[in-house]
Amino acid sequence: MTQQDSATAVEFPIPPAPTLYHPAPQLAQLRAHQPVAKVTLDDGTTGYLVTRYADVRQVLIDPRFSRAAANAMGPGGAQTGVSMLAEDSMISLDPPEHTRLRRLVAGAFTARRVEQLRPKVRALVDELLAEVTARPHPVDLVEHFSLPLPVRVICELLGVPPQDQHIFHAWSDTVMSDASRDPDEIRSTIVKLGEYFGKLIADKRATPADDLMTALIAARDEGDRLTEKELLNLCFGLLIAGHETTANQINMFLLTLMSFPEEYQRLAASPELVPQAVEELMRFVQLGDSSSNGLPRITTEAVELSGVTIPAGSVVLTSALAANRDESVFSDPDRLDLSREVAQHLSFGAGAHHCLGAQLARMELQEALSGLLRHLPGLQIAVPDSQLRFKSGMILRSLETLPVTWQHEA
Amino acid sequence: MWKLTVSSACIGSGVCAGTAPAHFAIGPDGRSRPLASPVEPDDIVLGAAVNCPMEAIAVTDADTGTPIDPPP
Repeated sequence: MTQQDSATAVEFPIPPAPTLYHPAPQLAQLRAHQPVAKVTLDDGTTGYLVTRYADVRQVLIDPRFSRAAANAMGPGGAQTGVSMLAEDSMISLDPPEHTRLRRLVAGAFTARRVEQLRPKVRALVDELLAEVTARPHPVDLVEHFSLPLPVRVICELLGVPPQDQHIFHAWSDTVMSDASRDPDEIRSTIVKLGEYFGKLIADKRATPADDLMTALIAARDEGDRLTEKELLNLCFGLLIAGHETTANQINMFLLTLMSFPEEYQRLAASPELVPQAVEELMRFVQLGDSSSNGLPRITTEAVELSGVTIPAGSVVLTSALAANRDESVFSDPDRLDLSREVAQHLSFGAGAHHCLGAQLARMELQEALSGLLRHLPGLQIAVPDSQLRFKSGMILRSLETLPVTWQHEA
Repeated sequence: MWKLTVSSACIGSGVCAGTAPAHFAIGPDGRSRPLASPVEPDDIVLGAAVNCPMEAIAVTDADTGTPIDPPP
């Protein structure tokens, strides 16, 4: 029996971090002393929590850690909207079944295709921020910038009418909720999303357009490469994944920059740092809370990680937040350093399930940050941290509002 | 037989190594490389190439050099 095995199982979820800007101290302790920690989950089952960079990366890439097996067993803590939505979708499959679906959409999200969208996104950033600067202070950036930007980008890419965003936004919040939400409410929301997209798919079948949904419908109807249910799940999966994360990442970028004012000043003085800054902010920010665990995997055979043998059939959780602060990979990891030569952070995951929209998110975040520096010099958040209101019961930190002020041009 | 190459555009996402672990692995530099080349044709190799976010993987006919993915 190894030292880790004999240690008392850790309760998971762990207590939340005391600040918005760093992971819970317990994650650093686990990374140092119990890198592959036995955990007791809130549904009474047990599993392992992995916190070191190299181990987390291995779990995410190595096919012996199976998403499909985890989905079939339905464990890994209490059910959330995402875990329910996952039941019939790409994120619950292993290669090669996963590969069949992902290759239908991967082409739309490559770095090259995303680069072609950049001028349009920059124009949209300029348009939204020109409207922001015409408003009296303070302006709520959630309503007027950080949410509409990714919503309009993903709607256009998919071919969803942007004027419908108020319809699906509440549904999206429900699906992104944590285990505190009534499962029946989540299920009925998933049904509504299905009906909405069912109608949209019928419309596109009648009137094809130059968008990703039309291309997926053709893959279904002409190539028979996916089922009707897979088509539906792909469409609403992409819509939801495509905006909640980016919108809240823009907010968390700003909060983090404001709490490290020297770094913000440095960026404002040297906007050419933006691409690097986006990577460092992605590594640093706490978009989820300290119990974010990616999606659970199950070992298909015994695997040894950091000297601990994880038996076959074990639930394995990963903490990207902990891995992104691993001092063996990132020197002085708790310091925000926007010019850091960044090793690949794990905020987009890794392996077959590496975030499909990673390149799109990167580009949108770069353009959003550049635009904010350009249009809103001297940006300040108009309320103290203690008055920031986050939506309750979400799997990511989702701000209700983000009131800001800035210096008007002389 | 197919010749596999991974270009310097690789960002080490691990998509290929997770998709086709018999054909690709992440090296100590954090970047992917083919485990062997040339290899017998296998559809999962094309899946890995198509799913690479950087389009860093090239699959060509080992004898003729004809591109297989990305297609010519």
